[in-house]
This record gives sequence, structure tokens and C-alpha cells, in this order.
Amino acid sequence: MLKNRIIPCLDVKNGRVVKGINFVDLQDAGDPVEQAKIYSDGGADEICFLDITASNENRDTIYDVVEKTSKKCFVPLTVGGGVRSIEDINKLLNCGADKVSINTAAVQNPEAVVESSKKFGSQCIVVAIDAKKKEDKWEIFTHGGRNNTGIDAIEFAKKMEDSGAGELLVTSMDRDGTQVGYDIELMSKISSMVNIPVIASGGVGNLDHLVDGIELGNASAVLAASIFHYGKHSIKEAKEYLDLKGIPVRI
Amino acid sequence: MKVTIVDYNSGNISSVINSFKEVAKDKVNIDVTSDLNKIKSSDKVILPGQGSFKSCVDALNNISGLVDTLNEFAINNKKPLLGICVGLQMFADIGYEETETKGLGWISGKVSKIDNQNGKYKLPHIGWNQINIVKDSKIFKDIDNNSHMYFVHSYEFEPEDKNVISATTDYSSNIVCSVEKENIFGTQFHPEKSDKTGLKIIDNFISL
Repeated sequence: MLKNRIIPCLDVKNGRVVKGINFVDLQDAGDPVEQAKIYSDGGADEICFLDITASNENRDTIYDVVEKTSKKCFVPLTVGGGVRSIEDINKLLNCGADKVSINTAAVQNPEAVVESSKKFGSQCIVVAIDAKKKEDKWEIFTHGGRNNTGIDAIEFAKKMEDSGAGELLVTSMDRDGTQVGYDIELMSKISSMVNIPVIASGGVGNLDHLVDGIELGNASAVLAASIFHYGKHSIKEAKEYLDLKGIPVRI
Repeated sequence: MKVTIVDYNSGNISSVINSFKEVAKDKVNIDVTSDLNKIKSSDKVILPGQGSFKSCVDALNNISGLVDTLNEFAINNKKPLLGICVGLQMFADIGYEETETKGLGWISGKVSKIDNQNGKYKLPHIGWNQINIVKDSKIFKDIDNNSHMYFVHSYEFEPEDKNVISATTDYSSNIVCSVEKENIFGTQFHPEKSDKTGLKIIDNFISL
């Protein structure tokens, strides 16, 4: 039976791990390579790096981080943030990333998803959807949550599936950093709309939120940052808790 | 001993390289090349593969003499070869991804899309799934039945001769996830991404 995945996410800036509250107010919290190794040794099903301010800054440091991590961690590694071109994807994959998540570029130029999934295979193209609720719909944000595009997130999710995305990483901008739980409605709407796996992200504050993401949000995988990163819970604890709740996980 | 990972522009193989180098340490020389002479003189060959069946077959055919060299290595000389993911799928006679494409024809059978049962099963089949070992395979030495392996694929290999199947995994149906036919080995899952258990499989192959 296919297991639900738990994916710790490390926000990386200038080669160091940070995790902000609603994308601002950053706190430095460690070396990404060592952190990733701790997670993979602890049973993380995948590791995710998000190069958070990459759209604006020199991002060469991430390549070095990816290269070092991929020589130490033998679980899938996804890297996102500031991925704009086929060349960026190629470089990240060559450094040892297994998947690349595309956000702004996928919105600005959906053809980039078609092209990259053809060139590298759908299995390594994750489209990251950052969405914020507005009345009865969700709108897509880009540039690390700074720009509102007005695009409907549910329709966009379907479009990305048709364009060749292998997975969707769905983040609720309303919930990110708040620790009040995933936007379950958003997750389940997108998950029922598409036939590719959905990774739920944004808002995890406790282990029940992970359970909800899978059971109520119908996500195939749950992504979280701060509950793991600040040592509130280990990956092992999270898996044991999900197992206790009857959710299939790899233990 | 010389082990060669065939680099034929089949997509991202850095994880395959990293994992084999991790296991081999300084004991075994790992080459990454499409050089025909280097492949011929290898003791073992790894055939990775990402992307579509068609794109991988096309990439193999784009390197003049590569298919002949692989045939000579695996079929005539019967030296150990491990296909990973689409690398395994290409053992088949034929694949149906994108368009009907001829495979290497080493193990009779076809590669077709996993039945998603009208959307009940998401595709690609991505993540950790347990393997059901149905035959003693040399690459499964010290690997427990029901071990978790990492999968990413939408197509499955259906060999005609069921005796070549060494493991299956449950997703929509019993999907063939490992084969062994004499010197030819293949895994649909990614040992290079399957943590310590995956590295053990790589170690088993290198130690054959």
C-alpha cells in the first residue's frame, strides 16, 4: 500500500536555514545540509528546500547546498524558489535535486511547465501553488507571496496537471506561519479536481493538523516546517502519531 | 572491479551516481559514461532512465552503437546489468508511453499505463510503497519482505513470463517492481532514493 508522505521543509536564504512567520521576520536556525541529514535519518520521506528570497537575490549558494545534501541524503530532494528557466531546473537537477518546484514561472509562463516536464519528465516537476482566500475562491500569489495575480487557484491547479506537472505543492498563504492548521477546504478542492498527488502546505502547528491534511484534505503528502525545525516534534513522533490514527506511513 | 552507469542523456542521473559512489566508497570504481569501449570493459552496468519510455529509447538510439554494445554486454556476454525505472521498462519488447515504441526486447512483455480505476488511484504513483518479494533475487539479499521503496512512475512492465518477476507492489493492482532474468536485473522503484534499504540493494548488485 502506498504510504502518505511527511516532508519537512527547510527555508534557505544565503545557504542558511530560516523560517519566517508569514514570510517575514526571519530567524536564522542552522545549516541546511546537517538539518536535512537529521531529517532523513529520522525517517523523513522526502526533503524540501525552499530558497525563499531567491527571486530577488543571488542564489548560487543553493546549488552548493543541494550538491552537499544530495551526497548525504538518499531520499528524494525537492528544491524550489526562484526557479525561472529550463536552465535553472537543469542546474538544480545536475546538483542532485530529484524534483524542482516552480511557482512564479509557472504562473507567468505555463508553457514553461509543458516544456520542462517534456524535457526532464513529469516526475521531477512540482508546481507550487501559493493561494489566498478571497470571498468564495482562492487566488494565486507569486514572488514568494508578494504579488496577487487574481488567478483562480482551483482552475490553475487543473491547468498545471494538464501541462504536465507531476505533483502540486499547495500552500495556503492565509495559514502559512500561523500554526492553526492547513486550509483543508483548499486542499480537498484541489485534490478532488486533479488526478496527480497533492502536497499540503502552510499552517501546521500540531500533529493533528498533519492527520487532517491527509484525512480531510485528501493530500498524498504533508509538508511542514516549524513544528519539526524548532524541535517541537521529531519526524518519528509525527509518523508514530499518524500510524496511531490509522494513516498509512512508512515506519 | 569496474561498474559503469550509462550516461545517455536520459534525464537526471545525479542521484544514481551519488548513491553508487556512496556504496562503492574507494573499493569499486564507478564510471559514468556513454563511451562504448568503457562499457564493454566494465564488469557491471547500470542502465538508469527517467522521463518517458519513448524519450529514453530515443536517447539510447541517438548514441551510435550503444544498443549493440548493451546487447553484447547483457545478452551475449551475460554480464550483470541493472535497469532502474525506465531502465527496467526498456527491457520490454514494446512500450506505449506517448506512442508505440520498440524496447530492447530482452524480457518479452509490454509497458503500459497503470490502470487508475477512473481516478481512484492518482498517477504518477509517487512515494513509498512496500515490495512483496515473490522470488529469491540476488539483489534482495538481507532485504526484508515488505520493505519500503521509493516509486515515481505512471507506467508498468508486464512481462509475459511471470517467472522473471522477483517483487511486486500493490497500487491499483499487483505491479511488477523488480525482475531478475539470469544476469539481467531491474527495479521499477528507485534504490538510489530508498534510503538505507535502497543502498543495500545497490550494495548487493555491486557485490554480485
